[in-house]
Amino acid sequence: MTVATAPSFDKTALILALLRMRTFVALILVFAFFAIAAPNFLSTANAVIVSKHVALNALLAIGMTFVIITGGIDLSVGSIVGLCAMMAGWLVLNGVDLGIGYTVWFNTAEIVVIVCLIGVLVGVVNGLLITRLAVAPFIATLGTLYVARGFALLSSGGRTFPNLTGKPEFGTDTFPLIGTGTLLGLPVMIWLLIAVGLLAHYISRRTTLGRHIYAVGGNERGAALSGVKVNRVKMFVYMFSGLCAALVGIVIASQLQASHPATGETFELNAIAAAVLGGTSMSGGRGKIGGTIVGAFVIGILSDGLIMMGVSSFWQTVIKGLVIIMAVVIDQAQSRLQARVALQQEAALEK
Amino acid sequence: MTQEHPIGLSIRGGVKVYPGTRALKGVDFDLRMGAVNVLVGENGAGKSTLMKAIAGVETLTEGTITMDGQTVSFRSKADAVAKGIGIVFQELNLFPNLTVAENIFIAREPTRFGVDIDAAAQSKATRALMERLEQDIDPDVPLGTLRIGQQQVVEIAKALAQNARILILDEPTSALSAAEVEVLFRVISDLKAQGVGIVYISHRLEELIHIGDYITVLRDGMITAAQAMDGVDIPWIVRAMIGDGSKEFPRTEPPNFGAEVFRADTICLPRLGGGYTVDHLSLSVRSGEIVGLYGLMGAGRTEFLECIMAQHPDSTGHFYIDGKLLTERDVTGRIARGLALIPEDRKRDGLVQIMAIRENITLSALSRFTRLFHLNLKAEAAGAAEFIKRLTIKVASPENPVSSLSGGNQQKVVIGKALMTDPKILLMDEPSRGIDIGAKAEVFRTMRRLAADGLGILFVTSDLEEVRALSDRILVMADGKLTGEFSGQANPSEVIAAATRHKVKEHRT
Repeated sequence: MTVATAPSFDKTALILALLRMRTFVALILVFAFFAIAAPNFLSTANAVIVSKHVALNALLAIGMTFVIITGGIDLSVGSIVGLCAMMAGWLVLNGVDLGIGYTVWFNTAEIVVIVCLIGVLVGVVNGLLITRLAVAPFIATLGTLYVARGFALLSSGGRTFPNLTGKPEFGTDTFPLIGTGTLLGLPVMIWLLIAVGLLAHYISRRTTLGRHIYAVGGNERGAALSGVKVNRVKMFVYMFSGLCAALVGIVIASQLQASHPATGETFELNAIAAAVLGGTSMSGGRGKIGGTIVGAFVIGILSDGLIMMGVSSFWQTVIKGLVIIMAVVIDQAQSRLQARVALQQEAALEK
Repeated sequence: MTQEHPIGLSIRGGVKVYPGTRALKGVDFDLRMGAVNVLVGENGAGKSTLMKAIAGVETLTEGTITMDGQTVSFRSKADAVAKGIGIVFQELNLFPNLTVAENIFIAREPTRFGVDIDAAAQSKATRALMERLEQDIDPDVPLGTLRIGQQQVVEIAKALAQNARILILDEPTSALSAAEVEVLFRVISDLKAQGVGIVYISHRLEELIHIGDYITVLRDGMITAAQAMDGVDIPWIVRAMIGDGSKEFPRTEPPNFGAEVFRADTICLPRLGGGYTVDHLSLSVRSGEIVGLYGLMGAGRTEFLECIMAQHPDSTGHFYIDGKLLTERDVTGRIARGLALIPEDRKRDGLVQIMAIRENITLSALSRFTRLFHLNLKAEAAGAAEFIKRLTIKVASPENPVSSLSGGNQQKVVIGKALMTDPKILLMDEPSRGIDIGAKAEVFRTMRRLAADGLGILFVTSDLEEVRALSDRILVMADGKLTGEFSGQANPSEVIAAATRHKVKEHRT
């Protein structure tokens, strides 16, 4: 941390350090509050429930964070979740009818790969609309939001695919385990979050691609003139976001052992909220994967704890909104303070 | 003379201090009414600062502004407008999506009973203004459909609509065609006859002599000459602009020219609506050579550099590096072949402001520190530190955002970023823009050293002194064409003549 190496550990440095870790501070505060105020909040059972809720939103938010860092937005993730849940349900229940009396059945692993590819494909469509046809990200992904949701509804005529327990003879009886199974005592979906989170963190911090994602969001023209392949970077972030959404869709279908075409409605907004709460700047160029995950936990613990305290769900919505607004206000204050401190440091050197 | 053209505004002891620079150092300026007061000087001489002080955009640090015997102080542009001062900036401040009339009355729309906009009155007033300016422009067409010259007239009309008695025109002709210049000059002489005091800033010296009544020359924030236009010619202006003993940036390394590293062969960039922005341009640069590409604003120099960096897909022609044809069609490929550009606008094109200094320096050369896909942060930090040291960039911490640096140090970061890609040829667009004199000298020393190390440098500037001091060879560009080639010690008036020649010739026909 820069603060530790600063020559004088004054008040500004302390405030700045606190502001920089604000999401984490918020997490601790929220956690401490409910630990005292809500009975049973600290039980292991509750911890597992909360993390399961959080994991899905966090996965979406990780993909969303990359998109927002490039200065874009992906409104289609909720619909991709729905579409992919339906596709997974379809493949488990019906297989693929070739129309000549034969039906191809896939096993669980194959289904996961195919459904992930469908999510990535929607990301490709988003990316192509934005890079090749110069459609604004907001509009492009708003369009795919409707299209993907429409296909999700069409796939079943609006009905639910029930009883996705799988068939041992096709190797799909493992399908429910994705959402319900555990590994070393942790739910599979938590492992999934850890894996995707680590991967995304690695990409953002330790790869050229990650650096280019930040550069595109910070100054697209400048990045292009520096030799960054801007279009490729944008394609990647929308594809990655699509992949994250597909994973969430699979997990939900597996968890409920059923898929409903309305799955994932308004998930995109929760994902954006988690990213913003985690310090991702909507104007691009700034954000951290770790911050986003912590942000998702703050939102998750907040709603969970409020339920346990018996607060009306209407009030929960109000509180969630206020927390997001507060987060952005603090974020602004932090960037101003940080810029001032850096300016002072450099100005001191000029003299 | 004085009775004929009364002084409408005067500044005494005007000083303007920006952080790090004194843009104006005790300026006395008189603005005469019913006349064209020409203001000339090199980039950074303080012309724009002086005019901004008059127009209320900036406030003087010291000194007084007097109008009609009363001291005035403008805290905002609105204050100056209230006193009848209008300014037309080089970059037009208009809304292409609104109509001509809406543009003229923006933010002071006439309303009916304070409720809705009185569009009819707006159009009527606009039509009257256009008649006064003898222009056939329909008040109700969207501004974006007009030619640039007509838009300029709209901007002037906007100033007049606010009862401007003093009108400042900052490089009004830089984007105009010869015919449009004629129209503008007619408008100016009409206004003059109506008693309006006009301040006219331009780099086109012939034009100044043609239209001016009084001339004021600025150099480094000081006025070096001010008199009536009688008897003034181009050599006189050039002398006043750059002085007799020009500031030297002496060469310490012996020239070390090698083989040709870069050649451009008949590069063309078509202009919207016919003609060429870059017009069949060919040139070559040897290794170790500094070539200065001099020209006025709008000559097509920046666009030419952009063609080299693959920013204009519709440009034609061929580039060669070390004699081999450049086939790469994207920036990444061209950087890999050994080209590097230092853009004119650091903020917009050169840097990612919110990223750290280290991240900016290494942005073009990340592959240096990458194995497969893993970025070695330690090696990256070491690489950045090496360039910070090599270019003597003053930083408190390489992790601070680049926006916290001064202009000169930011420029060095951009240079560092370019050098990290191991270029063979460095393209620099106005390398000294927006940096103070000390940093300028350091940037120049850096350029010299790089050339001595065998790099070919092609730099663009509109600063005559700079191009003469720095170049081994001067190429002059006007209207997209090369119009002259000189040695580094060329006579300044010849260089200026070459830069203005083309436009003026066209202008007379």
